[in-house]
Amino acid sequence: MASTVTTPPRVSMWSKPRTRNTINGLLFASPWLIGLAAFWIYPTLASAYYSFTKFNGVQNPQWIGIQNYIDLFTNDANFWDAVYNTFYFAVFSIPLAIALAFALALMLNAKIRGQVVYRTIYFLPTLVPEVALALVWVYMFTPVSGIISAPFQYFGYRGPCWLTCAAWSRQTIILLALWIIGQQIILYLAGLQDVPQDLYDAGDVDGANFWHKFRHITVPIITPVIFFHLVTSVIGALQFFTIPYIMTGGTGFPANSTLFYSIYMYKQGFQYFQMGYASAMAWLLFVVTLIITLIVFRTSSLWVFYSGGDQK
Amino acid sequence: MTAQTQPATQTVVQRRAGIRRKQVKGFVRALLIHLMLIPLAFIFMVPFLWMLSTALKPDSQFYAYPPVWIPHPLQWSNFPDAVTYISFFLYLRNTLTIAVLATIGALISASLVAYSLARIPWPGRNFLFIFTVATLMLPFQVTLIPLFVVYSKLGWVNSFLPLIVPHWFGAALYIFLLRQFFMTIPMELSEAARIDGASEFRIYFRIILPLAKAALATVAIFEFIARWRDYLGPLIYLSNQKLYTLSLGIYQYRSQYGAEWGLLMAASVLITLPIILLFFFLQKTFVQGIALTGIKG
Repeated sequence: MASTVTTPPRVSMWSKPRTRNTINGLLFASPWLIGLAAFWIYPTLASAYYSFTKFNGVQNPQWIGIQNYIDLFTNDANFWDAVYNTFYFAVFSIPLAIALAFALALMLNAKIRGQVVYRTIYFLPTLVPEVALALVWVYMFTPVSGIISAPFQYFGYRGPCWLTCAAWSRQTIILLALWIIGQQIILYLAGLQDVPQDLYDAGDVDGANFWHKFRHITVPIITPVIFFHLVTSVIGALQFFTIPYIMTGGTGFPANSTLFYSIYMYKQGFQYFQMGYASAMAWLLFVVTLIITLIVFRTSSLWVFYSGGDQK
Repeated sequence: MTAQTQPATQTVVQRRAGIRRKQVKGFVRALLIHLMLIPLAFIFMVPFLWMLSTALKPDSQFYAYPPVWIPHPLQWSNFPDAVTYISFFLYLRNTLTIAVLATIGALISASLVAYSLARIPWPGRNFLFIFTVATLMLPFQVTLIPLFVVYSKLGWVNSFLPLIVPHWFGAALYIFLLRQFFMTIPMELSEAARIDGASEFRIYFRIILPLAKAALATVAIFEFIARWRDYLGPLIYLSNQKLYTLSLGIYQYRSQYGAEWGLLMAASVLITLPIILLFFFLQKTFVQGIALTGIKG
């Protein structure tokens, strides 16, 4: 702490530690202070304003009150399709992704031969640019003739219609998203490095079996990572864009089943130039994201375990 | 713990048997893990393997049944064809320009801001920290349209500026990660340097940054990969084909003549390979970096 530095006598105001610290603190933070104002605060307020206007991005916005919101709620079936698809995706993909990433991290943390190779393989789909990945998936999941349909054909079935019919398209996209959990696996791996070995040793001495150690040592220590993953993936799921956009060209084919919230907003804003309407969608998303995150944060004290007093 | 007295009562023979049992147990455990990891690893490799296989296929085998994994003959010409079919090297240069400049900016700005939040006691820094974390909750859609309007007024649309400049002004996630790491460096180091008369910038540059290499590398890799893969940013801001990045460019294989699967996949392999090599060699730094920065908050 700077307060332990003994202040020499006869110092000018500028060299007093407190003042100096404030100046230095602001100087070092200045890129972000400017960035916050220019790239976050101003645009957030501006989009709140745009959401009450009719605005095509070029001419001056025209104030129309809450008309955009009224239209969204009462007069736009596509909007509700997008909301439904996005929530459907979030509700199923997030728990699956958490379970899979955690389980894989546990196995990838074991000191076995080929650990680096395994880790790289599981990270592989995360490294492929999303555009390439989405296109190769479309190709792989071609009904009947695609590589994924081949085993079905072998046993004499036609196989699911995957991305080409509304009955399967939502589930297929959830399945696809499970391929790109490399970053989450890394987070769990990092979290597992924090589990003190002596806890396991103590468990061994006490005769704890694998399940006991997992349930009472690993899981509690990893809950902050699960919490972090949960929060970021809620936000991520609500912003899901590139993969479904590439797969369908943003058409929502089949039967609007791949029309996600971000895609619909992008179309309103940048294809139909309904920027006021799109801003209203953005703000609704913001409010919903806030509510969900607040709920998750509120429940965190019930299940997230922080070890010792060393956390912030 | 009551069990602590137990090993002392064990005989040497018992202990040796215990060690052997432990070795056998360890072997069985490793075997089980391999048995689970191998089939799953295959599933995780399928998209990339299929990409690789298709990249080497002649047109006639794209939809062959049974599927062809190892094409015959191997059509290596897909690679040179792929890079001439679209302006591959131009798009590569564009992508690299954006990714490198954005990464440098992200490193400089995030480390400066994180230093301010973690190492300089000034009033208001906790407030700024909370504000910083709060921006993580803000969906990108909220700022998208006003930023587009501002950039088009500045004449920045159809230039790399909207894709680079914001990264020079800090990003919450990186600031957060680096702050967490900087907090773990003992304060005494800074105080000693201050007593010796070192300026704050000197402490940041000469003491803190060298100690934070792993964390900085993690941030650099995150940012570089994110920019390398970015699609939405270029989609919105770059409509001039000369400015396209690889993400935008490879879509051309699809839109022009239906789909040129062989070329598309060859290009995808070329785009993915550098990143895979990067990850393979840096994965240890990666995991350590994140472990050190601690996401526990």
